[in-house]
Amino acid sequence: MIEPGSSWVFPRAEFPSLLAGLERAGYRVVGPTVRDGAIVYGTIRSVGDLPEGWTDRQEAGTYRLAKRDDGALFGYNVGPHSWKKYLFPPREQLFTLRRDGSASFEVTPPPDDEPPLAFLGIRACEIAAMRIQDRVFVGGGTPDAGYARRARSRLVVAVQCGQAGGTCFCVSMGTGPAVRAGYDLSLTELIEPGRHDFLVQVGTPEGAGVLADVPMRPATPADLSAGEARVARAAQSMGRTMDTTGVHEVLLRNLESPVWEDVGRRCLACTNCTLACPTCFCHSTEEVPDLSAERVERWRRWDSCFNLSFSELHNGSVRATVPARYRQWLTHKLATWFDQFGSSGCVGCGRCVTWCPVGIDLTAEVRAIRAADARAVPPEGGPAP
Amino acid sequence: MSTVRDGPRPVDPGPGIGPTLAPEPYTVWSRTQDTRDTATLVLAPSRTGSVPAFEPGQFNMLSVPGRGEVAISISGDPGRPGEWVHTVRSLGLATQAIAGATPGSLLAVRGPYGRGWPVDRAWGKDVVIVAGGVGLAPVRPLILELLRHRDRVGRLEVIYGARTPDDLLYAPELAGWRHRTDARFQVTVDAAGREWYGDVGLVTQRVPDARFDAANTVAFLCGPEIMMRLTAEALESRGVPRPAIWVSLERTMQCGIGLCGHCQLGPYLLCRDGPVLPYADVAPLLRIRGL
Ligand code: SF4
Ligand code: SF4
Repeated sequence: MIEPGSSWVFPRAEFPSLLAGLERAGYRVVGPTVRDGAIVYGTIRSVGDLPEGWTDRQEAGTYRLAKRDDGALFGYNVGPHSWKKYLFPPREQLFTLRRDGSASFEVTPPPDDEPPLAFLGIRACEIAAMRIQDRVFVGGGTPDAGYARRARSRLVVAVQCGQAGGTCFCVSMGTGPAVRAGYDLSLTELIEPGRHDFLVQVGTPEGAGVLADVPMRPATPADLSAGEARVARAAQSMGRTMDTTGVHEVLLRNLESPVWEDVGRRCLACTNCTLACPTCFCHSTEEVPDLSAERVERWRRWDSCFNLSFSELHNGSVRATVPARYRQWLTHKLATWFDQFGSSGCVGCGRCVTWCPVGIDLTAEVRAIRAADARAVPPEGGPAP
Repeated sequence: MSTVRDGPRPVDPGPGIGPTLAPEPYTVWSRTQDTRDTATLVLAPSRTGSVPAFEPGQFNMLSVPGRGEVAISISGDPGRPGEWVHTVRSLGLATQAIAGATPGSLLAVRGPYGRGWPVDRAWGKDVVIVAGGVGLAPVRPLILELLRHRDRVGRLEVIYGARTPDDLLYAPELAGWRHRTDARFQVTVDAAGREWYGDVGLVTQRVPDARFDAANTVAFLCGPEIMMRLTAEALESRGVPRPAIWVSLERTMQCGIGLCGHCQLGPYLLCRDGPVLPYADVAPLLRIRGL
């Protein structure tokens, strides 16, 4: 019986039957594809759409694809896209308002005709990010209708990382690389001389359902430990670390640290980091009237705290300077997110580091703030510098 | 209450969530020009239906459909349900369209949102209310509520400041309030011509004159941040404890339900946690430029 909690193994050659199972269950499968020199998420119709034999090399401000010779389907880390584009689309219609005469109007939601989505290849840090956005959009007092609709029908087919990228620090953030919760199916790609298999752990009945026609055998203890070894290797190869002890207090007692000026002078306020970040949710709403304003559509689009207009009030922007905007972003991610939503706003995926055109690295900025903080607050009993 | 569990999907928030942020149609019932750029509208539901109850200090999201939506505090009398009263100052396209809406025109309204003035804290206490400029709009419901329950509070001192006599809101009502013997309304302007017989100066300069028992007082402040800070300092120097002071803060609000991120002030989402917050909690944040 394919039951939640059970583990199975199927060969790489049977991967198409997993895709067939997803399609038969009515899902539109989205996952990693290669486009314009990067791994981005898109529709997966066949195994050929996956980045077979590709890997990525990431550092602060640099990303490039490279070939690998083992034919791995998931032998890379996260790219510039995140799954949030599916649950929280970059631009989304909220409703249409139609006047009926001059006396009143009707409000209608956009059509709800999208098939449920299967997220194929989602990593541990990305599941953590998705759950953080779940808390923002449906965990609070007023759930967001569109997000809730898409989130409650999604299927999560995770992949455990077998290696880490140059800007990854999920271990520091406690979000990966092992996939421990929040999945329907969790895959681990096992590649050894003479072997290319997938270990699949079943999380839910929905996950079990799509495996019904996949030819597979129960996993042995050896398969399970091979999977664990791969995840352990990823954990040991993190490109970055961040000391999160007391980071909430450290940042909030350093709102006037000289570090903000320093990083703010380097930052271009280009908004790349917020667009790439899988948890950033800030957006703006806008109205699109037809010529007579008889019919008005209200839309939402991604916005960024790095935009001057984001904090605009009638007498100017509250966060007029770039240092103030960088401070808002970083303190929100790592500190005030806890106050607002009960968790960190950062999962350690490294996207903001890789995709910053000037290579600003939040792990380094946190270190700089800690160093300045240590200079300012001498340890108890110690002499002031 | 969280609806997110350890599973792959958030727990179903249930059927019947309509489109997020859907407004209701309202018709402008009357319009009063308060000052050169500010008008007060009374709105009634366009369809039959009841107007939700509100707390003094809460706000609604208003729009002339197609002209953009803005957060506007509620200025009505909590004792007169069945209508919305909003005082709107023309500052941009959306507020211009709303403030200019003539009787009979259609507005889109959703709300009420946010946390208002903690009226409960006033019972049995002396109350000091200090408002600056259009900051009187969000405290009007509070003043009306306290006047209606006049016997439940001790002294009631209201200090209201505006730039010039022409910028004073609710002039006829203000005149009536100033004649009351059970509450004291001090009105001051920054600058005035000869026709002005009242005080000239900042609201903070009126604080030393206000009569209250500092140890048994609550203070509610609404106006520009700098005005609220200086007023709070003046009150503290007269012995009002910091935890007895409340302020109403302003940031851009676009969704009103804690989703869009615009109204953050440090740990607060002002639309959800405010706009009224304890001064003790926000004082350290208000000190920092550009937060
Ligand atoms: S802040 Fe940076 S590292 Fe953290 S989740 Fe966002 S993009 Fe990833
Ligand atoms: S930190 Fe980097 S990516 Fe983010 S806004 Fe500044 S320059 Fe752009």
